[in-house]
Amino acid sequence: MTVETTLGPSGTEEEHTPELLGPWALMWRKFRRHRVAYVSLWITGLIYFMALFGDFLAPEKVDETNRRGIFVPPQGIHFLVTDEDGSRSFQLHAKALKMQVDRATMRRSYVQDPDKIIPLGFFVEGYSYEILGLIPSKTHFFGPKNPRDIVYFLGSDRLGRDILSRIIIGTKISMSIGLVGIVVSLVIGVSLGGLSGYYGGWVDTLIQRLVEFLRSIPTIPLWMGLAAAIPLGWPPLYTYFVVTIIVSMIGWTSLAREVRGKFLSLRNEDFITAARLDGLTDWEVIRKHMVPSFSSHIIASLTLAVPLMILAETSLSFLGIGLQPPIVSWGTLLKEAQNIRSIIEAPWLLIAPGTMIVIAVLALNFLGDGLRDAADPHAH
Amino acid sequence: MPQIRMHTEPDQTSHTVQPLVEIRGLKTHFFTDDGVVKAVEGVDLDIHANRTHCILGESGCGKSIMARSILRIVDAPGKIVEGSIIYRPGDGRSVDLAKMRPGSRDLREIRGQDIAMIFQEPMSSLGPITKVGKQIVETIHLHRRVSKAEAKEQAIELLDKVGIPRPSERFEAYPFELSGGMRQRAMIAMALSCRPRLLIADEPTTALDVTTQAQILDLIAELKEELEMGVLLITHDLGVVAEVAEDVSVTYMGKVVEKGDVFSIFEDPRHPYTQALMQSVPKLGMEKRHRLPAIKGMVPHPLARPSGCAFRTRCSQAMAGVCDKDEPGLLKSGKTDVACFLYQEETASV
Amino acid sequence: MSSRHLAVFLWYHPWRATSAMFGFLYRRLLYMIPTVFLISVVTFVIIQLPPGDYLDTLAAELSDSGGLDEGTMQALRDQYGLGQPMYVQYLKWMSQILFHGNFGISFEKNIPVNDIIWDKLGWTFAISLMTLLFIWMTALPIGIYSAVRKYSAGDYIATFFGFIGLAVPNFLLALVMMYVAFKYFGQSVGGLVSPQYLGEPWTFDKFLDLLAHIWMPIVVVGTSGAAALIRIMRANLLDELYRPYVVTARAKGMSEFQLLLKYPVRVALNPFVSTIGWILPTLVSGEIIVAVVMNLPTTGPLLLRALLVQDMYLAGSLILLVSILTVIGTLVSDLLLAWIDPRIRYQ
Repeated sequence: MTVETTLGPSGTEEEHTPELLGPWALMWRKFRRHRVAYVSLWITGLIYFMALFGDFLAPEKVDETNRRGIFVPPQGIHFLVTDEDGSRSFQLHAKALKMQVDRATMRRSYVQDPDKIIPLGFFVEGYSYEILGLIPSKTHFFGPKNPRDIVYFLGSDRLGRDILSRIIIGTKISMSIGLVGIVVSLVIGVSLGGLSGYYGGWVDTLIQRLVEFLRSIPTIPLWMGLAAAIPLGWPPLYTYFVVTIIVSMIGWTSLAREVRGKFLSLRNEDFITAARLDGLTDWEVIRKHMVPSFSSHIIASLTLAVPLMILAETSLSFLGIGLQPPIVSWGTLLKEAQNIRSIIEAPWLLIAPGTMIVIAVLALNFLGDGLRDAADPHAH
Repeated sequence: MPQIRMHTEPDQTSHTVQPLVEIRGLKTHFFTDDGVVKAVEGVDLDIHANRTHCILGESGCGKSIMARSILRIVDAPGKIVEGSIIYRPGDGRSVDLAKMRPGSRDLREIRGQDIAMIFQEPMSSLGPITKVGKQIVETIHLHRRVSKAEAKEQAIELLDKVGIPRPSERFEAYPFELSGGMRQRAMIAMALSCRPRLLIADEPTTALDVTTQAQILDLIAELKEELEMGVLLITHDLGVVAEVAEDVSVTYMGKVVEKGDVFSIFEDPRHPYTQALMQSVPKLGMEKRHRLPAIKGMVPHPLARPSGCAFRTRCSQAMAGVCDKDEPGLLKSGKTDVACFLYQEETASV
Repeated sequence: MSSRHLAVFLWYHPWRATSAMFGFLYRRLLYMIPTVFLISVVTFVIIQLPPGDYLDTLAAELSDSGGLDEGTMQALRDQYGLGQPMYVQYLKWMSQILFHGNFGISFEKNIPVNDIIWDKLGWTFAISLMTLLFIWMTALPIGIYSAVRKYSAGDYIATFFGFIGLAVPNFLLALVMMYVAFKYFGQSVGGLVSPQYLGEPWTFDKFLDLLAHIWMPIVVVGTSGAAALIRIMRANLLDELYRPYVVTARAKGMSEFQLLLKYPVRVALNPFVSTIGWILPTLVSGEIIVAVVMNLPTTGPLLLRALLVQDMYLAGSLILLVSILTVIGTLVSDLLLAWIDPRIRYQ
């Protein structure tokens, strides 16, 4: 049988696509072409790996204080040691430090101890922890070979705690807030946006007014007000969840708008009308036909919402009204760098966690952008 | 590969007057990431003053690109790679538009003043947030040294001329306040504001309803007579061709496959494609249950251009071993010029 | 006259444009009422969130210094409707604000809220508006350039800085800039004027000193907004650049630069102007957080302090006023948008 078509403006080009791929495979192919986004996917994966296996990666215990290691600047890693006989050999090590206090100015400074080196290695023994909270272990990815030595790769804070370990451990809280936050956003955003777009009418008006309201007020003062009301005595887990919910207040409005827009445009599409005429219920139409046609968009906008939430948590914790100090997050770490004097004395307090935040947020943004481009069939 | 092409020298044309625009061997290609799309692939075309030349073809056959090439307004990644577009401004000179520097002052002076263009979508072809009157006045100011008041007066006159009622009120209207037909009229008024010598109309009636279509076509025909301008009308609608055309070029995949005057084309179409097009239109007195024959298959993907004659994949009379080998050139056969191997034996030039 | 005729008549009537504008203004003002009401409710909830009521705190606070006599306590209790149902308390609180302009008392400082907030609010909005100007002046040309010269080196640089601007939180940027200014330029950091001008009357020198300080918070607060707006402008303009009306303008014989500014940029400007609506709230938010870091005499530090010590009437008033002023700013931006884009007036 020959396919016959009449002369008309609709030139279907699908027939000539070399291979037939499913929508997800097509999206993946498009996504991989987007270099930066592809690299960002790996970086994001790495960061979440860090969040999962923080204790394995952290060389020091996160709340271990050390009176002889206050405000130690970042220590470098050296590769070659010179033996007594003058020959050089390969040995990862750091230089040991000696603290000197200038009595006149009461300033602390550290000088390298030429006689002592601290050998470093991979898979070394350290403090005990449980992998994923299940398997007890003492092995750490990288650190001093002697468990009693301490090396501050990214410097230490006012209590002599290791910044690198704190950043690694803080990843868990900071990155998971984004994830838990988008789950909350997803539920609220998709259901309200869907209701709004599918039913229209007064439901739509009401929800749109609510969205507009939330978008028209400055969020920081509002969060500050809500976050400040969290009693200080609450257990950290409660605080964590309340902060997450407050933070997710931003994400859902834009998602709701997007979902609504998609619903509105899809509602009048012929294939939706056809499905409805086939006798499918509203819920079936939504689940079987509408959601699959915009789920890729939702994934993209969710990805773009994660960095916003990370930034929100960081800002609140930085101000001291989000997560409170026993909890280690990038925000609470930056709180240590709140005044200019401590930054000038120990710039690594600002630079190290700051860089981490910027990397995470950039990676997530690029990833989201790449996903959005890949999800959009009309993008050039 | 032997290329057979009729390079008509200007003195050999059947018309005694030299054509207004003379296109020779025009090739406009699009350099996309996926490959080179040959939108216009070697086109010869003569457009005469005071005559309407229709370019007929299915969508995606490069008709629009052909027209845009004349004004040099093909968007990147499209580029004219070969050929010439000779325009005669009427003062004895002739310029090759294809060789002019894009964006040059000379080129800009020809646009809108000598050659004007109207487009398919009256909905989106006018600037959406600028008053209609202002857009016309702007065109006048671009090419004529007149005062604001004069330009406004001229613009209102033009709006009146194209049949817009209460022109002085519509002068202040925004495009979204006008209907599709009114917008197309306003577009025509704008195109005519500097009395062009050639009007290119790219599917000017496709987006309009049937009644409005007829009105707009009549308007264009009237104005053509009045201003003695040449009209290049691009369409996929045989009805439009029958109504207004004097010369017709049938195009398929960026090539002219048959050309001639409108009567010859309709009376004695030679090319299988033209014949198929003619048959796909219902005629008066047809039997009730008569099924209209349709052209088999679809226009191939522009990147998958068939070898030899591009139409052979859909041609009912394709000859294996002939049509897939070489490209037929445009040669005289009967009353028209045809690019088809079916007729090339007659002229014996293979 | 049929309704159709009437509609046509009204449509072409000369005062049509102005009446449409008034209709638009009227509708926007109506929309504001529920928004402002919701803001007041949310603020009231925030005020009520900490345990114990205002008077308990006040009494506890003042018991050391002799305490309040029973009469005063009772008078205050009546004024705020304490102990009565929530909606009564809300109504009393609102009516005090609406009819007496009384925002309550800051118990920490024991002075009326009115006495401390207004000049701080003024600074917050002055800085936010200056930031808005800064954002426009940078984002507009850069955005246009990026779109027109798509994939050029300049476009990539702009995109790169755009992403950095989005990824660096305000307070982090503030800290970094303060560090750089102090370490490499030896500039005094923090505050809006140098310490020697504090409390001095305004002179030209003090004004210059202000300018030398104020650019930093403006740049810090504005960077992420400018970055976002560059991307929006670029995307919008790219959407418009290949529209048929651009081709029409080109076919008329306009030069590229002329047609760029007259058509696509003008159309792309619409979403640009409408961004004021959402950018103003983020600017105010950003200003508040940056003010804490840079120790500016604006609402930021005052609000943070009030929240930390649970000085709730002060905190609530600040949240209420900042939000309402932002909503008014958004209204102004909507009107501006309607003025620029005729299509919006008739929606």
